[in-house]
Amino acid sequence: MQKVFERPKSLTDLDFSYCPGCAHSIVHRMIAETIDELEIVGDTVGICPVGCAVFMYDYMTCDMIEAAHGRAPAVATGLKRMLPDMIVWTYQGDGDLASIGAAEIIHAAARGENISVIFINNATYGMTGGQMAPTTLLGQRSTTCPTGRDAVVNGYPIRVCEMLATLDGPSYIERVAPTSAAGLVKTKKAIKRSFENQIAGRGFALVEILCNCPTQWKMTPIESLKWVDENMVPIFPLGVFVDK
Amino acid sequence: MSGGALELGEIKIDRERCKGCELCVHFCPKDCIVMDESYNSRGYRPAIPISWAGTSRPGPTDGKCTGCAICARICPDIAIEVWR
Amino acid sequence: MAARKLMKGNEAICHGAVAGGCDAFFGYPITPQNEIPEKMSVLMPANGGIFVQAESEVSAINMVYGAASAGKRAMTSSSSPGISLKQEGISYIAASELPCVMVNVQRGGPGLGNTQPGQADYFQTIKGGGHGDYKVLTLAPWSVQECYEFMPLAFDLADKYLNPAAILMDAILGQMMEAVDLHGDFHYPKYDKPWAVTGAKGREHNIINSLWIDVNVMEALNERLQAKYRAAQRDEIRCAEYLTEDAELVLVAYGSPARICRTVIDLAREDGLKAGLLRPITLYPFPVPRIAELARNGARFLTVEMSCGQMVEDVKLAVNGATDVSFYGRSGGAVPTPVEILDKVRESFGKPQLCVASKDRRSA
Repeated sequence: MQKVFERPKSLTDLDFSYCPGCAHSIVHRMIAETIDELEIVGDTVGICPVGCAVFMYDYMTCDMIEAAHGRAPAVATGLKRMLPDMIVWTYQGDGDLASIGAAEIIHAAARGENISVIFINNATYGMTGGQMAPTTLLGQRSTTCPTGRDAVVNGYPIRVCEMLATLDGPSYIERVAPTSAAGLVKTKKAIKRSFENQIAGRGFALVEILCNCPTQWKMTPIESLKWVDENMVPIFPLGVFVDK
Repeated sequence: MSGGALELGEIKIDRERCKGCELCVHFCPKDCIVMDESYNSRGYRPAIPISWAGTSRPGPTDGKCTGCAICARICPDIAIEVWR
Repeated sequence: MAARKLMKGNEAICHGAVAGGCDAFFGYPITPQNEIPEKMSVLMPANGGIFVQAESEVSAINMVYGAASAGKRAMTSSSSPGISLKQEGISYIAASELPCVMVNVQRGGPGLGNTQPGQADYFQTIKGGGHGDYKVLTLAPWSVQECYEFMPLAFDLADKYLNPAAILMDAILGQMMEAVDLHGDFHYPKYDKPWAVTGAKGREHNIINSLWIDVNVMEALNERLQAKYRAAQRDEIRCAEYLTEDAELVLVAYGSPARICRTVIDLAREDGLKAGLLRPITLYPFPVPRIAELARNGARFLTVEMSCGQMVEDVKLAVNGATDVSFYGRSGGAVPTPVEILDKVRESFGKPQLCVASKDRRSA
C-alpha cells in the first residue's frame, strides 16, 4: 500500500475555520498542491482578500500579504513589478473582485500584469452575513434583496470571465466548478495552468471558480454543490475564455 | 497496514478535523463512508469508513475502497488520508 | 556632478526621488502635480525603477503597499482630492509598519475645489486622515531646492521608522521655477528589511498584515506605533527661524506663505516692529519645544496659512495658553499678500492698518 493522498506541504497545520462543506479550503489545498508540485514555496507570495478567506495568510507557508478590500490586483501589481521573478497570486471573492475591486481587476488584466488571480464566485457576501453580491443570480434571495434579486432594482449579475476576455492583456481565463470528481480535476488543472502561465511569462491569468456557501444559501453542503451545478453554471458557463 | 486480498484501497479519517459536512459520503463511488453516531470534541458527527460503524477500532473499508481518493479531494478539511 | 538647473518644484521632487533611491512610482493625473507622474514616467525607467500610471489614486496607494511589502522604496503623489482617496491605503501602510513616501501638492478645496494653492490638507495629511491612531512624518519645503533635498530625507525617515512619510507642499511650489543644485550628495544609511515578502526561502514565512482579532495584540501594535512617534518627536524635529531672537511677535508659517511672511518680517522690521518667523520644516513632529520656549520668553504668535486655520491649533497646543496666538488665512485657493499679513502684524502691535480689509473677498 502506498500513500496516494496527504496534506500538501505548503499548507500550515492549522485547522480551517471555514463552515462545514465550504469549497474555500478545497481551493486552498489545490493552490498548495500547485505550489508543492511546481516547487515554488520559497518563490511565491499570495495576496489574500477581505472576506471569508481573510485569514488565508495563516493557512499558507509561503509569504503572504493581506490586502485592503478589492485592492489585491493593485497590491500584486506593485509587488510583481518590484520582484518580477516572484510568483504572485491573488485570491479574491466576488465582492472583493467584482464590486469594490472592479476597477483594479480590469486594469490589472488590461495591463496584462503577469499575475495569477484565483476568483471565488459564490454569489454572496459570506463573511458579512449573506448580502447580495455582483454575481448574485436574478431571483436569488440575499439579506439585501430579501424577495430575490430583481433586475429593475438591483441590476444583473456580472460575468467576470466574459468581461475580462474582451481585453487584450489576459493570456488565460477559465471558469470551473469543483462540484464533481471531474470538476475537481478541472479546477486543479486550471489553477496550475494559471501559475504555469505566470512562470512562462505569458501574462495575466484568471481562474473563476464557482463555489458554494452552504451557510448563507441555507442549504446542506451537498445541496449547495448541486445548486452550483443547476443554477450557477447556466448563468456562468464553464469553459475557457482566453487561451493564448 | 492490513489487506484482505481483494482490497485495493484504504482511507483514514481524522476524527477531530472532520466537520461532518457529508460531502465524502456523497462523493464516494463505492459507498465506503458513513456518518458516525457519536460526536467529536467540536460537536460535529464525523464521517467514518463504513467498516468502523458499530466498532470501536479502525479497520479496512469492508473491501470496497479502490483508493480513488475522491473523498479526500472533496474533503474541505483535508481530514482524509488515502492508501492504495 | 553639481548642476544647477531651472525647474518647477514638481520636477525637483522627481529628481530628489531618484537621488533618494526611489524604486517605484505609482500615481494618477491630477492638477497641479501632473509634472510629477510625467517626469517619473521618464526618470524611473531611466534609473532602473518602475513607473505605473494606476487606474485611480486608490489603486496607486495599494500598488505602493505591494511594492513596500517587497522591501522597496515606493512613492506616490497627488493633490488634495486624490489624497483623500488614498486614506484607507495609508492607514493600512502605517498599521502594517511599512515605509512609503507620499507627495501632496495641495490645492483649493474642499470638494473638487480648484487648482489654485491651498494648505487645508494639514489635518488630513499629518493627523492621520485615515482611520485609526497613526501619524504621517511630514516635511514642508518652501523652495524648489528643498523639494529636491527633502525627498531623500523622506525616504530615510520612512525606512527608519517604518511609517508613511509625506511631503506637504502647494500648487505655487509645485508650479514655480527656481534654480536647483542637483548635487546628489546625500549620505543616508541603508536599511535591512528582513520582514519583506521576498519569498520564504530558508526562513519562516513573512506576513504583511494589519488584521489582529485579539485586542491585546492590536493594542500592542498601537503602543508600538506610539513609541515610534515619541521617538520621532525626540529626534526628528526640524525648523528654520528668521529674526526670532528678539521677536515680540513670531509668525508661524510653512510652504509658500512662509516665503510671503519672510517679506512681511522685513517690511515690519523697516517699520520698527520686532517680528520674526518660525518655519516648521517637520510639520510632524511639530516643533513644540521651540515654540513653547519662545512663548515662555514672552513672544506672541501669528499663524498664517492658506486655510481656515489648521496648523494654528498645533501652535496653540504648543503655546499652551502662555501667550496670545492669532491667525490669518485665505482659503479656496486664494493667496495672502504681504500687505494683508503686514496689517495683521501692525494690528498685533497696535499700529494703524495700511489698507482697509474687505469683508467680501470677492470684491477685494
